[in-house]
Amino acid sequence: MKLTLANIDGYRQELVTQRKELQSIMVCCGTGCRARNGLGVAEAMGEALEAAGLGDEVKVELTSTGCHGWCEQGPIVTIEPDGVFYTNVKPEHAGEIVAGFQSGHPVQKLLYRDLTTRERKVTYHEVPFYSHQTRWAMRNVGRISPTEIDHYIARDGYKALAKVLAGMSPAEVVDEVAKAGLRGRGGGGFDAGRKWRSAARASGSPKYIICNGDEGDPGAFMDRSIMEADPHGVLEGMIIGAYAIGATQGYIYVRQEYPLAVKHLEQAMADAREMGLLGEQILGSDFSFEIKIARGGGAFVCGESSALMRSIEGKVGEPRAKYVHAADKGLFDRPTVLNNVETFICVPLILDKGAEHFAATGTAGSKGTKAFSVVGKVNCNGLIEVPMGTTLRELIFDVAGGVPKGRTFKAVQTGGPSGGCLPESQLDLAVDFDTLADAGSMMGSGGLIVMDDRNCLVDVARYFVKFLVDESCGKCVPCREGLKQMLAILSRITQGEGRTEDLVAIDKLCDVLKDGSLCALGKSAANPVLSTLKYFRSEYEEHIRDGFCRAGVCGKLCSYHINEKCTGCAVCAKVCPVTCISGEKKELHVIDQGPCIQCGSCFDACRFDAIEIRSAP
Amino acid sequence: MSEIILNGRKVKVRKGEFLLAVARREGIEIPTLCQHDAVEPAGACRLCLVEVTRPEWEGWSKLVTSCLFPAEDGLIVSTDSAPVHKTRKGILELLMARSPNAVPVRELARQYGIEQCPYPVQHDGDNCILCDICTRVCQNLVTGAISRIDRGVGKRVATPFAEPSTDCVGCLACAKSCPTAAIPYEDEGLRRTIWGKTFEVASCAGCGAPTVTAEQAAWIEQSKGVSREDQLVCDRCKAQKTAAAYQKLAW
Repeated sequence: MKLTLANIDGYRQELVTQRKELQSIMVCCGTGCRARNGLGVAEAMGEALEAAGLGDEVKVELTSTGCHGWCEQGPIVTIEPDGVFYTNVKPEHAGEIVAGFQSGHPVQKLLYRDLTTRERKVTYHEVPFYSHQTRWAMRNVGRISPTEIDHYIARDGYKALAKVLAGMSPAEVVDEVAKAGLRGRGGGGFDAGRKWRSAARASGSPKYIICNGDEGDPGAFMDRSIMEADPHGVLEGMIIGAYAIGATQGYIYVRQEYPLAVKHLEQAMADAREMGLLGEQILGSDFSFEIKIARGGGAFVCGESSALMRSIEGKVGEPRAKYVHAADKGLFDRPTVLNNVETFICVPLILDKGAEHFAATGTAGSKGTKAFSVVGKVNCNGLIEVPMGTTLRELIFDVAGGVPKGRTFKAVQTGGPSGGCLPESQLDLAVDFDTLADAGSMMGSGGLIVMDDRNCLVDVARYFVKFLVDESCGKCVPCREGLKQMLAILSRITQGEGRTEDLVAIDKLCDVLKDGSLCALGKSAANPVLSTLKYFRSEYEEHIRDGFCRAGVCGKLCSYHINEKCTGCAVCAKVCPVTCISGEKKELHVIDQGPCIQCGSCFDACRFDAIEIRSAP
Repeated sequence: MSEIILNGRKVKVRKGEFLLAVARREGIEIPTLCQHDAVEPAGACRLCLVEVTRPEWEGWSKLVTSCLFPAEDGLIVSTDSAPVHKTRKGILELLMARSPNAVPVRELARQYGIEQCPYPVQHDGDNCILCDICTRVCQNLVTGAISRIDRGVGKRVATPFAEPSTDCVGCLACAKSCPTAAIPYEDEGLRRTIWGKTFEVASCAGCGAPTVTAEQAAWIEQSKGVSREDQLVCDRCKAQKTAAAYQKLAW
């Protein structure tokens, strides 16, 4: 059926009434859960419902959802409307879950267990990982089937679009987005309203809208989760954006590694076209807009807006100078607005609930919420969306459950490979675009990598520089050649061949990178080095001067020893990959330094603090 | 007409002009390695950096590549300030480590007082500094037979899959425009080899000197409408023919 401005509200009302009575068993079939046999769970759930005689029950619905953003607990099964929350579900649990569903007694062993109280939590409303979050961009993530357009419409989907087309001028839409203070979520944090206004005023035709789904930061997956789980939300944001600037064609640039996102987006586009929400005369109005999907080839630099546009044009994916803005001359040299997935999905929310509602949350300079991908040494790895201005401490300790195994927090890397590492002293920073930049890091797309005392910050800087060496496009000299030299110096330091003058050379290279590079990749590439030098300079000095890596990571600068706390439990000997630990049962064990490869497995396995890290012999 | 302040002097600029062009017109030298008059600027070598500011920026300034930065009204530009000099020198040191034998790199390094490169120098380093002049020339003026392949430090100029290209017409525009003579080719009598492909070169109808390859002649005829006969006369003979025609003219 074709929806129009006249009938969409009625259609939604009907859906809401129908779905009110419904109980939904929702199996996560996002990429992470699929990797852990989520599809098998979904199939087994179907069979179990059939076996229980609920297969044809109109009030029970089995649905596959997109990614919830907590893949380490997957496959995840939820039962709505109550929100019963099962983790680590296997196909063989299906029968028990259905039985529990019928009896009203949830399956205890599959419920999430609180980290501190060890109590089982029945619904996700009680799980700290979720209860501390404010999910705006991820409002539908895990709550709907991404392949059912009706699910989206029932949850106020396309309501903002209808409102816009029924009674707002393009300029009013731009004003609303500007008033909300929406800033680009992809990394730059540029004012979206301002960008839209420039493009709306620019002369040139056709105009383009591009959604950047080329998420390339290691460990970040919020855009993937959103595209997989709520593709219509992304489409609606883009359609509204197109109306606001007068674009007729849109592109969604999705990285090659996200096939499920592409599948769901394609399905969503087909369904939206069928119902008159995309294509010619949207909702029966005069406004027409079409979207195509462009798939990236896997280059990190193609997430940079100008390189991304070259890639869509079929050219080599290299950035170009932005002295002339894309809003004036972007894709095919036409006025273009490029925003990230998370930015677009905020748009329907702003238009539906109003700019004031959006701007009421957040800080003075950064409004709304931000999704973070919190990974590394934390108890709960996953996607966390919180109001701007939440402190790093709250994010890492309250929501993500803190550092595991009783180890000590050391640093958090924010903003992807070209972000910076912040120490404990910066944890009370209220996170927004400006505070992070002031602290020497950046928001980036929202990646947070947490590190503990077993991470060597020199090695971490070397790792990120290595990543950037591999991913630099190679167009401009400072980034291509400078990063190569930077990597050589950092590798030298971690190999125990550092020299005192290296730190001066690093500073100088950082300046050339910052001042000389063409695009943001090169300009910010110095961040991981500069921030670790600023906050963890003593570690660099220890590596160079004392030949010691206190974290026990740089193999040539440390050795592992067993002290008198050893109980002779032999756990270390069992995990040692080169079998260089020996000792009698219940006797003090010894590490043979000759064959030891300093992997640290013994250290991580020991529960008695009996392994010590000392300088290399 | 707009006006900028260039190294302390008021200078009139035309709409759409870039800073590098303005500076050169004013006789101010700015080093470049990737700039070529025949093609659009790329901003790859970064040597043409200049410092720009505006009164309303309240003392804040930034470094921009002059080859790409529009000369907008009211801009205050310094082409050789301390930050500019320092960054250019830093870039040249990096280039010296990569291509120590490239003549323009050595010359600029000397001008910027680099006596010793602070990085390990690749003495047998590639002369190609990836300025992209050859690829832009081929793309914009000829057939687009070569491109940049791979990325980062592994980036290089090549034909697709580094195989002899069906598009290459053997015109040598790439090799002749290369500032560091980094593109190898062989001309032996009427045989030419470049990018792994060998061409027959036609001889001049007048004097027998080498002129164009058959592929080049076909491409020029098709794209520029110049007949093959006209192309098969070498530049020298063309000049003589023209001179003779002039001599016959009654003044």
